[in-house]
Amino acid sequence: MAHEIEAIQDPGIPAHVHRKADSDPKEAAKAERQVAILFSLSAVGTILFIVSYIAIPQDVFVFVPIMGDTNAHQLFLGLGLALSLFFIGMGAIHWAKTLMPDNEVTVQRHEFKSSDEDRKEFVKTAKDGAAAAGLGRRSLIKRSLGLSLGLVGLSPLLLLRDLGPLPGDSLLKTSWKAGTRLVTDPGDRPIKPEDLEVGAVAQVLPAMLPGQDHRSLSDIGKDAVLLIRLRPEDFNLDAERLSWTHEGIIAFSKICSHMGCAVALYEQQTKHLLCPCHQSTFDVTRAAKVLFGPAARPLPQLALTLDADGYLVAKQPFSEPVGPSFWERSS
Amino acid sequence: MKRLSKYRRHRAVAPLLLIVALLGIGTTFSVASATPNNSALALARSAAIEEGKQLFLKGCSSCHGLNAEGGGIAPSLIGVGAASVDFQVGTGRMPMADMSTQAMRKKPVYTPEQVAALAVYVASLAPGPEIPGDELLNYERDGSVAEGGELFRNNCAMCHNFAAQGGALTQGKYAPTLMGVEPVHIYEAMITGPQSMPVFSDKIITPEEKLSIIKWIKSAEAEPALGGASLGRVGPVTEGLLVWTLGIGILIGVAVWLAMKAR
Amino acid sequence: MTARERIAGNVANYVDERTGAAAWMKKNLNKVFPDHWSFLLGEIALYSFVILLLSGTFLTFWFDPSQREVVYEGSYQPLSGLKMSAAYASTLHISFEVRGGLLMRQIHHWAALFFMVAIVVHLLRVYFTGAFRKPREFNWIIGVGLLTLGIVEGFLGYSLPDDLLSGTGIRIAEAIIQAVPVVGTYIAFFAFGGPFPGEAFIPRIFTVHVLLLPGIFLALITVHLMLVWYQKHTQYPGPGRTEKNVVGYPLFPVYMAKAGGFFFIVFGVTTFIAAVASINPIWLYGPYTPGQISAGSQPDWYMGWLDGLVRMAPPLETHAFGHTISWNILIPGLIIPGIMFTGLALYPFIESWITGDKREHHLLDRPRNVPNRTAIGAMALTFTLIALINGGNDIIAQQFHLSINQIMWFSRIGIIVLPPIAFVITKRICISLQRADRELVLHGKETGRLVRLAHGEFVEIHEEISPEKKWLLTSHEQSGALELPEIDKGGVRRPSAIRNKLRSRMSQANAEVAPKVSTQDLKEIEHL
Repeated sequence: MAHEIEAIQDPGIPAHVHRKADSDPKEAAKAERQVAILFSLSAVGTILFIVSYIAIPQDVFVFVPIMGDTNAHQLFLGLGLALSLFFIGMGAIHWAKTLMPDNEVTVQRHEFKSSDEDRKEFVKTAKDGAAAAGLGRRSLIKRSLGLSLGLVGLSPLLLLRDLGPLPGDSLLKTSWKAGTRLVTDPGDRPIKPEDLEVGAVAQVLPAMLPGQDHRSLSDIGKDAVLLIRLRPEDFNLDAERLSWTHEGIIAFSKICSHMGCAVALYEQQTKHLLCPCHQSTFDVTRAAKVLFGPAARPLPQLALTLDADGYLVAKQPFSEPVGPSFWERSS
Repeated sequence: MKRLSKYRRHRAVAPLLLIVALLGIGTTFSVASATPNNSALALARSAAIEEGKQLFLKGCSSCHGLNAEGGGIAPSLIGVGAASVDFQVGTGRMPMADMSTQAMRKKPVYTPEQVAALAVYVASLAPGPEIPGDELLNYERDGSVAEGGELFRNNCAMCHNFAAQGGALTQGKYAPTLMGVEPVHIYEAMITGPQSMPVFSDKIITPEEKLSIIKWIKSAEAEPALGGASLGRVGPVTEGLLVWTLGIGILIGVAVWLAMKAR
Repeated sequence: MTARERIAGNVANYVDERTGAAAWMKKNLNKVFPDHWSFLLGEIALYSFVILLLSGTFLTFWFDPSQREVVYEGSYQPLSGLKMSAAYASTLHISFEVRGGLLMRQIHHWAALFFMVAIVVHLLRVYFTGAFRKPREFNWIIGVGLLTLGIVEGFLGYSLPDDLLSGTGIRIAEAIIQAVPVVGTYIAFFAFGGPFPGEAFIPRIFTVHVLLLPGIFLALITVHLMLVWYQKHTQYPGPGRTEKNVVGYPLFPVYMAKAGGFFFIVFGVTTFIAAVASINPIWLYGPYTPGQISAGSQPDWYMGWLDGLVRMAPPLETHAFGHTISWNILIPGLIIPGIMFTGLALYPFIESWITGDKREHHLLDRPRNVPNRTAIGAMALTFTLIALINGGNDIIAQQFHLSINQIMWFSRIGIIVLPPIAFVITKRICISLQRADRELVLHGKETGRLVRLAHGEFVEIHEEISPEKKWLLTSHEQSGALELPEIDKGGVRRPSAIRNKLRSRMSQANAEVAPKVSTQDLKEIEHL
């Protein structure tokens, strides 16, 4: 070809293509009917919604494939509302697409930057105002203003002091004391060693104090203990920790040392405890040593012994704080 | 006495003494071993034990040992009781086919009569947990759904999930779903502690509490989809999957249609 | 003039005399909005927010945000007679006794999931097309703020019913707060009014969830929309579209009808899903107590990546001088998310520093034309996706008979190894797509029709592409790397030379593209 090769140019907005409804009135009427049908479907949906609310009792169930036996009241109420909303939308969009003008309009953008004159005037106003306030010159005003604003900003913080008590030793102590009986959770029944078979597990709480009829969740959140029975020869413990067991029965705090979930998953064959939150795995035979997962510390072990009636009791309180770590924890 | 001793060398003495001795031993033995019921039952039981033993030798001894003493890959069955056998064989877990992680519930290989025979045989080896009778398993009458739910969430949900759909354990093991499990098998699992599952002693979870747990499981199984399709009853994971696939898919589809030029 | 016109005129006059509304109405009713389906993603988020406000207000008429203990006496038998908090009991009441209550709860929760999904896909669209460049950096920062606040708002929202699953989530949140060095235990005790769980937390987060955060959302969303309004929406490159114009449809009536209609669509689809799919069945979870837990406990999806990071963290803790620092909690829970969100918020400024580009941009980029940015985005997505998958590792293990330990190791190694691989692959794909565009412009489209020439050779006929398409494939900019010589022309060493070296290296990496078709190229093929 002989003509000059130009760089590729912007061919401009493509020519407008007319829709069927633009040129053919029959098509336009058809589109109008379609929009009307869509809006009417919405009305049907609303009627279904109202009828469902009034007429369908709340305890009727219908079988729907994939969903199974579903509550009819809930299903038809929801379907009615969904249809009524959805078809208003479909109608409006179809109306816009087929009947409203679809000529693209081009509008020029304007620069955001203000004119140089506006900018100069702004700077002058700002500078004049600042000079009038005199902050720059009067440093005594500036400094005392800063002091007063800073102090008043701090005062609401003081009002928040009573949001809660100081931690104190709350995180360091539980309800377990020397002689506290272990009781089943739920049921509050004291436990004798012969109540547990080898391979058995028990969810345990400290017996309530005399006169107490109720445990708070905050107490349960520190006191929950897991009791596990193995054979004594299964243990791989040092002498002190072994003395905290009784005839193969060992007790650990159920509150995970990682982030506080209940570590209650006991695998009888491997003798591992698994926390379902983040999959920390603890070895019961080695005093809940961490085998896998993000927990950094073993679960605290509760020392056990028998009381005069033959029931399992704590020998002493936990030797370390239970639950997740915190700054003041020393180990 | 002098008169009797005159006949001590009589030739009828030996057979007579033999008859007396046999009668004496036989009587002593049958008196000593007499069961309260008639001997037909004892006969049937020993027949069942024998049948069970034959089944055991054929299908179980290759892993569990000729005398059920266990081996490298299978534990000893001495003392596991009839309940363990009824659970493991009755749910099809045993004989174990896939040895990789744990015994899976599958179609039982043995008929109920065969399972009963195996159970009787293993129970005869040493005392162990017994199969709970129907009277003990009347959970509709003796259990409480609400108490059962509390007990379930306290003792079972951490492995089997809040709706008994099952959950993962370590190293590829898992706690199976409890949907579609016979009440007797649920009870037996609690008292025998199969594989990774611990034992739930009767003093820790009383028989009545066990029935409540079973009643709650059955109620959860029968519970209809109250809010719509249950999405597996495993929590937010499937909910998020639905909104990222069907949910945003429908909306983007409508958006594409919205912006398309009409014909 | 008809009666209707007269009345309308009177009303308009009444309002205009008091507000001068006619002037700005006239201007704004004709405002032009470009039309592309990907511009509707932010709208999904906006409409979901409205749905959340409406359904949430309904719920507050029955919800009791109190942790005081009550005995359940409602109609759901499996919980009959059990002790629970008033918050949980009132949620059961909404679900089972209030007609339409369960539907409203489900609409509210599904709308919250849609809200977060829409924010993320909208963010991805804005990121990959470069809509965050000047003058829209501030809007981008507001958007990142909306994303972060949305995550918090959703977490607080699903924690309000005080069920076993969400209570576990609060326990984990409290452990993160408690792990903060020096002040952690104090902040935790102040937030909870004492040791965990206490009785103050649910009422307090109710105020935050229903009043404080929605108020902040309303303000931020208003500013976000006003900026889009004032700065005018961006548009995709194409014929007739320049940096100096906007091509689209006027607000009234077209855009109003389409956008208004879309609101009803979003509401309708959300309601449909709420009618057929169950979400957050709290009656099955049971009331919260710290002694219980369910297998397969996860937060909602938009926090799943955080859970996944916490799960794969190495068990690191430092004990020194009588104090403990839990790196295994702080790193995945606070430090990494902090870096991620800060990096996300600052990205427009980082990119403009690398490219040295200080101009306004109103034309969007096609992702293939900015390979470096697209590859960085793919890298970030890979990272987040691996974390998200690990957050569900126990559900995945249970469904597909895998081992949680193996999935965990896959995630620990994968999250370090896979993102760089994703970067390289994505960048290469982008550059090869650019080359494919070159081919299209120079040689046209392959038609699949073969012709046998006289001397026996087979050739495929190529059809020249339209001028519009040619323009689309060549109109993008390709500025080269920044020139930042260490020693300038006068022989003086530049200050901040190390920073400049880093900058110039990143600029060069950023400028790696397949060169677009030039006039020279066109001349060359003409002569073939």
